Amino acid sequence: MKYEEWSKISRIASKKSLWILHFCTGCGAIEMPPVMTSRFDMERFGMAPMATPRQADVLLITGYLTVKTLKRVIQVYEQMQDPKYVVAFGSCPINGGMYWDSYNTINQLDKYLPVDLYLAGCMPRPEGIINAMMELMEMIEKGEARGWEKYRKNYEKYKKNQEMAFKFGKVEE
Amino acid sequence: MVTVVSGLINVLIIAIYATVAMMIGILFMGIGRKIVARVHNRVGPPIYQGFIDIAKLILKKTNITHGWIYDLALLFSITGIVLTILFLPIGGVKLLSTEGDAFLVLYLLAIPALGFALGAGASGNPNSAIGVMRALVMMLSYELPFVISMVALMIYYDTTSIAEIVASQYGKWAILIPPFAISAAVADMALQGMLMEAPFDIPIAPHEIASGPMAEFGGKHLGSLMIYKAGTIVAYTTLFVDLFLGGGVVMKGGIVADVVNFIVWFILIFLVFTLSLLINTSFPRFRIEQAFKFYWKYEAVLAIIALVWVYWMVIS
Repeated sequence: MKYEEWSKISRIASKKSLWILHFCTGCGAIEMPPVMTSRFDMERFGMAPMATPRQADVLLITGYLTVKTLKRVIQVYEQMQDPKYVVAFGSCPINGGMYWDSYNTINQLDKYLPVDLYLAGCMPRPEGIINAMMELMEMIEKGEARGWEKYRKNYEKYKKNQEMAFKFGKVEE
Repeated sequence: MVTVVSGLINVLIIAIYATVAMMIGILFMGIGRKIVARVHNRVGPPIYQGFIDIAKLILKKTNITHGWIYDLALLFSITGIVLTILFLPIGGVKLLSTEGDAFLVLYLLAIPALGFALGAGASGNPNSAIGVMRALVMMLSYELPFVISMVALMIYYDTTSIAEIVASQYGKWAILIPPFAISAAVADMALQGMLMEAPFDIPIAPHEIASGPMAEFGGKHLGSLMIYKAGTIVAYTTLFVDLFLGGGVVMKGGIVADVVNFIVWFILIFLVFTLSLLINTSFPRFRIEQAFKFYWKYEAVLAIIALVWVYWMVIS
């Protein structure tokens, strides 16, 4: 299961055909239609929206995550097939954003799932999303986007954090 | 010894033939996405996108399976579609042949769809179950007008062999004869249902039932499913071209004629596929009962009118 064992062909194929599952929990969903339609057209880079986690390569998490939503995000992430990448969209998965002191939202997504790429902003504009995806493509080609491997390796740590969050809210403090 | 060698050569030819057909199908999927994108005023993916997608899916690291039926059903589908392609004349040339193969092809066309349904059913997803149910109802709907159109052709050319239907159309395509223009229009709408393009993309409706039967497919399984889909594009468009557009046969005799026929066949299936895509991009989705009503109430009646007209032409 070493990333290095991959041939260059498989990396390029993976890079050129990113199928995205939009997990639009909060406010970010409205930025996706312009990216998909004729103004910004993400399909020219081979990206396409997918309907179920089994088919997707990229999990795009937009906006804040409550503890309840986190449970679903983890289920969805674990249903996806390796190699899989997580893109955290907006300020909220980075540090909580404007909900940083809320009683039921998590602040750092990185504690519970391996995030390959952060896309900062509140909200990031469609150009930002395209730019982030290009960045992710470069990372995949260089072999840097290996969050899925990290999740397998440090599964115990992530699991512990997840359990703590489900019981007591957030674990960042 | 000679028989063994000739048998092996036959197997090789069939393998090359099937591979080329699948490659054309995968290319068509890319071209199709490009055409849809141009209609939407977008740039669209490169035309080789289908190959990249399938390569990526085949090279996925994990592949979740839902039991041996789920694995074998895909094999079942791909085998069925390859067998269908081998029984269809491509540019006037066909590898396998039998008397009355028009009926055989009709039966063979049901096999891949049933295999697909079997695999989707084994995955146990409720969306898949709804999708399979819709796919089977769709099959029941479009086959009636399609079969009536085919029967009209069989009566006119007095044969049940697709190769003979193709041969009889040399010099004058069936679609140029007035009643068959109606039949062709009916068959083209049936083709729309067979290819699962809008307004009949009810079984896979991604926004309603999360891509229906494909909901639980991922990795290598989804890759195989895309190869199967590519095969269906070639098989169904070729069937339409063989029945109504003379199978692309414009020259007879010699290897040059075969190459020319192959190129004409390629252009014709491309045109049929493009027409289907243009209808796809122009219409929203029917509900399943609307599709059923459309096929059985309007299409079937039109097909019967064409059939009666043809019968009248034959007996008078």
